[in-house]
Amino acid sequence: MRELTYAEALREGLRQAMRADARVFVMGEDVGIYGGAFGVTNGMLEEFGAERIIDTPISEAVIAGACIGAALTGMRPVGEIQFMDFVTLSMEQLVLQAAKIRYMFGGKASVPMVLRMPGGSGTGAAAQHSESLENWFVNVPGLKVVMPSTPYDAKGLLLAAIDDPNPVIFIEHKLLYKTKGPVPEEAYRVPLSQSVVVRPGAHVTVVATSIMVPRALEAATTLAGEGIELEVVDPRTLAPLDAGPIIASARKTGKVLVVHEAPERGGFGGEVVACIAASEAFDFLEAPIRRLAGLDVPIPYNRNLERAAVPQVEDIVREARRLARGEY
Amino acid sequence: MIHSDAHLRRMMLIRAFEEKAEELYALGRVHGTMHLSIGQEATAVGMGTAMREGDYLLNTHRGHGHCLAWFGSDVRLMMAEFMGRETGYCRGRGGSMHIANVDANNLGANGIVGGGLPMAAGVGLSIKMRKTDQVGVVVFGDGANNEGAFHESVNLASIWKLPVIYLCENNQYAMSMAIRKSSNIADISQRASAYGIRGVTVDGNDLAAVHDVMAEAAAQCRAGEGPVLVEAKTYRWRGHSKSDRQLYRTREEVLDWQKRDPIPRYSKVLGYDEARLEALRKDVQAEIEAAVSFAESSPEPEVSAILEGVYA
Repeated sequence: MRELTYAEALREGLRQAMRADARVFVMGEDVGIYGGAFGVTNGMLEEFGAERIIDTPISEAVIAGACIGAALTGMRPVGEIQFMDFVTLSMEQLVLQAAKIRYMFGGKASVPMVLRMPGGSGTGAAAQHSESLENWFVNVPGLKVVMPSTPYDAKGLLLAAIDDPNPVIFIEHKLLYKTKGPVPEEAYRVPLSQSVVVRPGAHVTVVATSIMVPRALEAATTLAGEGIELEVVDPRTLAPLDAGPIIASARKTGKVLVVHEAPERGGFGGEVVACIAASEAFDFLEAPIRRLAGLDVPIPYNRNLERAAVPQVEDIVREARRLARGEY
Repeated sequence: MIHSDAHLRRMMLIRAFEEKAEELYALGRVHGTMHLSIGQEATAVGMGTAMREGDYLLNTHRGHGHCLAWFGSDVRLMMAEFMGRETGYCRGRGGSMHIANVDANNLGANGIVGGGLPMAAGVGLSIKMRKTDQVGVVVFGDGANNEGAFHESVNLASIWKLPVIYLCENNQYAMSMAIRKSSNIADISQRASAYGIRGVTVDGNDLAAVHDVMAEAAAQCRAGEGPVLVEAKTYRWRGHSKSDRQLYRTREEVLDWQKRDPIPRYSKVLGYDEARLEALRKDVQAEIEAAVSFAESSPEPEVSAILEGVYA
């Protein structure tokens, strides 16, 4: 199959959604002539014009709010927050308005919007341009939280998110934008709230999100050489979470490692661990469920420190190996 | 403005609704909180009568009047929502601070000071993209105009010439903070000049004046000439909410503003004598009592349905 980068896959999804539905438009900082800080909307201005690829001032509260207002009145906005860090400036609109409008109006309104944003570290951009804040949103009923890990999922989940009648926080990873993978040309959908086993294996379940999925797969290749088979599960949608495949995998292997980039404290991993521990998989566990997450530290600038702040392939290899060998 | 008995009646209905709300709360028949706009009715009705059906409204936590002044409002559904009933505008899930009438493009009251402002820019953008001649009205208080959201929203509407009327209902106090202490300018409408848009200050207790300013602003929006900032100066007779001891203002100040009550003021314009006004008051009172009966005989939401409507 034809291969695209993660950024190209997102762009193709956006183009197809905009061609199919005049209500869909893109809005954000430098999304027009600049093509977006990470190039996702590159070239889209030429096809769709400034009325549908809309450059905004640096005003994150009103980017989020304008998406909500437009969504409430018949449009299908896809907003972009240039770095996930800056969504802190949009929080009131997302948490207190977008997430709550449907419920507090008795189910009589809906907010069909997508807000895209790149999260994660690894670019040397230090503490204020490297955040992984997904769990803030996971804790807010009314929002959906999506984190694609491959070009295929990036396009399919984006198209599904645009179709969805709810506000969707769509978190991309800066280091994934240039990764390549097979992407069909048609406008396919990857359903939201559907976890997937991306690599079957018998010995240890690794539940990983976003960039930790390719890292877990790389760790799995290394460990396969030692006779240790990892089963890698990608939730893809963090909220509402499809816990079924995670629980089924835990029950099958009896050993679970949960991996994400965001800090461990109060992180999404705790939620996954609790889902497993409270399920029928509990009786099948052969070891404590382990978490491997970002350190509880702001992302440092220095290359070595930055690398050490979040899980790397060798960390996953080490932890999974210890679990497999019964060292916990 | 074409003067009408209906406008007077609408103001009196809002007044009676809120007086009844206050009474129901005092009697312990309502759970929760409320923010009364008694004294501010001319701003709400002046706004409502100046707009067209199909326009959009976003308003504030002190929003009973705005909702009742908007198209198709049903005081029974208002009262039912206030009393947390399944038959209310928001099926009892929103309450006083979140009353919306989505079918009539009333996109709701807002519990967050300035919360409606960013969304209003999106409403204006949507109108512009859909190429209709609708207008969005966002009502906010004097407190909200010091929120960053005000500036982000007005700026966006100004650069894109969005059809949005920013109606600042300046009732002099943001909870206990007086506008004269929280702002260094005499009129909030002066802030319009920073965005290159038109700003107007109007007597918010003069129904006809509010109507005329809003009608002119709406015409400007429909002509594609961009947003307008309207400041209606009025006064909140009651405390901020139910717990306010009002230590930040004098009794004399309140009494002075009560002399400028918008209801008798407009009834004089219509040539009402006390007997006609009293008859109308009784008529409005009967409507309010019927609304209370409707609400109290309506079911409360089923607890088993608590998770309904979190997602579409």
